[in-house]
Amino acid sequence: MSLPVTIRLARPAVSVRVRPRVALVGLVLLVLAFLLLCLGMTIGEVPMGLSDVLSGLFGVGDTGNGYIVQELRLPRALTGLLAGLAFGASGAVFQTITRNPLASPDMIGINAGAATAVVAGLAFGFGDGLGSTSLGLLGGLASGLIVYVLAWRRGTSGYRILLVGIGISAMCTSLTDYLLSKAQITEAQASMGWLVGNLANRGWDNVVPLFAAFVVLFPLVLGLSRWMSTLQLGDEVAAGLGTPVQPVRLGLLLAGAGLVAFATASAGPIAFVALTAPQIAQRLARLSSPPVVASALGGAVLVLGSDIVARVITPTGLPVGIVTGALGAPVLLWLLVRANRSGSGG
Amino acid sequence: MTSDTPSLRVQGLRVAYDDRIVIDGLDLNIPPGQITAVVGPNACGKSTLLRTVARLLTPQSGGVFLDGQSIHQLPTRQVAQRLGILPQSPIAPEGMTVSDLVSRGRAPHQTWWRQWSTSDEGAVRNALAATEMTDLADRRVDELSGGQRQRAWIAMAVAQGTPVLLLDEPTTYLDLAHQIDVLDLVVDLNRDEGRTVVMVLHDLPQACRYADHLIAMKAGRIVASGRPSEVITEELVDTVFGVRCRVSPDPVSGTPMVIPISRHHQGVS
Repeated sequence: MSLPVTIRLARPAVSVRVRPRVALVGLVLLVLAFLLLCLGMTIGEVPMGLSDVLSGLFGVGDTGNGYIVQELRLPRALTGLLAGLAFGASGAVFQTITRNPLASPDMIGINAGAATAVVAGLAFGFGDGLGSTSLGLLGGLASGLIVYVLAWRRGTSGYRILLVGIGISAMCTSLTDYLLSKAQITEAQASMGWLVGNLANRGWDNVVPLFAAFVVLFPLVLGLSRWMSTLQLGDEVAAGLGTPVQPVRLGLLLAGAGLVAFATASAGPIAFVALTAPQIAQRLARLSSPPVVASALGGAVLVLGSDIVARVITPTGLPVGIVTGALGAPVLLWLLVRANRSGSGG
Repeated sequence: MTSDTPSLRVQGLRVAYDDRIVIDGLDLNIPPGQITAVVGPNACGKSTLLRTVARLLTPQSGGVFLDGQSIHQLPTRQVAQRLGILPQSPIAPEGMTVSDLVSRGRAPHQTWWRQWSTSDEGAVRNALAATEMTDLADRRVDELSGGQRQRAWIAMAVAQGTPVLLLDEPTTYLDLAHQIDVLDLVVDLNRDEGRTVVMVLHDLPQACRYADHLIAMKAGRIVASGRPSEVITEELVDTVFGVRCRVSPDPVSGTPMVIPISRHHQGVS
């Protein structure tokens, strides 16, 4: 367990509590994410060194390199970074408010809802870009709301959210499969490429909406996260400690769903990031619940790292979601085995 | 704490789950600075009453008044600074330590700029000491015995520092030694710090022994209330629990002791 350190002023009466280990984990992940961001931009048809990438970024040196970095590689890298941050943060939110490490947004239907809406858009020809971003957002938020409403029975409990979410997720997945089977072969192919989670050919039109959403929703999550430390003790204890349980939970659920929906719309439903990043961050920080900031950074490291691996192992480049899935599945199995052993597997 | 012990009053309370009315038209005054025990058969509404008093449930009509103010209309955080509730069998997250759990009891007193004041620190230290959990502060809650775990949760409620403390069946699932342990602790909290305690208890003799004030409930109504020695009679136990019994003074505490009469044990005289 990581012990907190208190910094306290007598006048004005201000006190801040920091856990050095959590801060250290966050810092290491931040540096790692930045390094992977830069390293990722060296990969491509035109081989570049780190110095080429950096000079290209700031518009000094070769103008060709500048164009490649700023218009082709930076948007891809930033989409990966922001999607990873969004998935990681929302995973931490969902796992905390449901008190269940399996209840990440990719398990409870938020990703699946966004995916269904985007595939429907592609199949019916609403096109790419902004169209699918708004569809993904609508789909993700709609499934989040449906889960909340269906799980409502004199308030919501974490367990009901998980069970209802799994049901919604299954329904959305079959709807997506149905749409794919009905779609033209080219549209189906485009959808498949997107459905596994893909960072190839991302442009600024993918980055801007995701960035805007992140700037609004992430501070909202941080603001509500103060309550997460009491929600973690269960609804009744939290309410007894003065937590407005239902408004806080609804706010966190919507903000978390919003982050996932925007990220899915830009990068596809990248598998297992929201599930594993918070669990990894929690274990690194030695806490009893996932820390939001470190989980977000962990998500970014996972997505950016996987995207590099995906492009290094095959010349054409695998979609990033295949690599995160391959890395994430063993982690999920480990979590399940561990939960069964300690008797909390449910 | 004794000087500012708030009054707690229930008026015309009606609580329902969907269409099923559990409590209808209940009035009640909780004596300040005393230990009140609520007893009654299963599903008589005693737990529902406690949870409504703690604003975990919203009544259909009527209200709960803390110093004259409706508890369901006050900001929940303000209520949490004056009234604490320990629900029945709470579960701590895997891996959480005792000191971490107890620290969270300070949540209603904390803000963004005051995350851990000297009074937070003092309250947690005192709560750990009062519950004899200081030596176990760094242990994981999920590794403790049932009795220690319950003491850890009570320590969290104590750290909250509220003059009124509500406990929902604090002795459930504990063996006899731990039950006595927890109830003695409740008396300490009441005697040493003047806290008003209201608890739901299953065991009638224990309720008689530890409570200053007893409330007997049946089918959502209060059948009798007052000092245990005045309230507990053979007729009342028959009315409330449907059990014929003898009542005689507890040889240790002098409080009423209920000895049930069953089909196979009709008595010697």
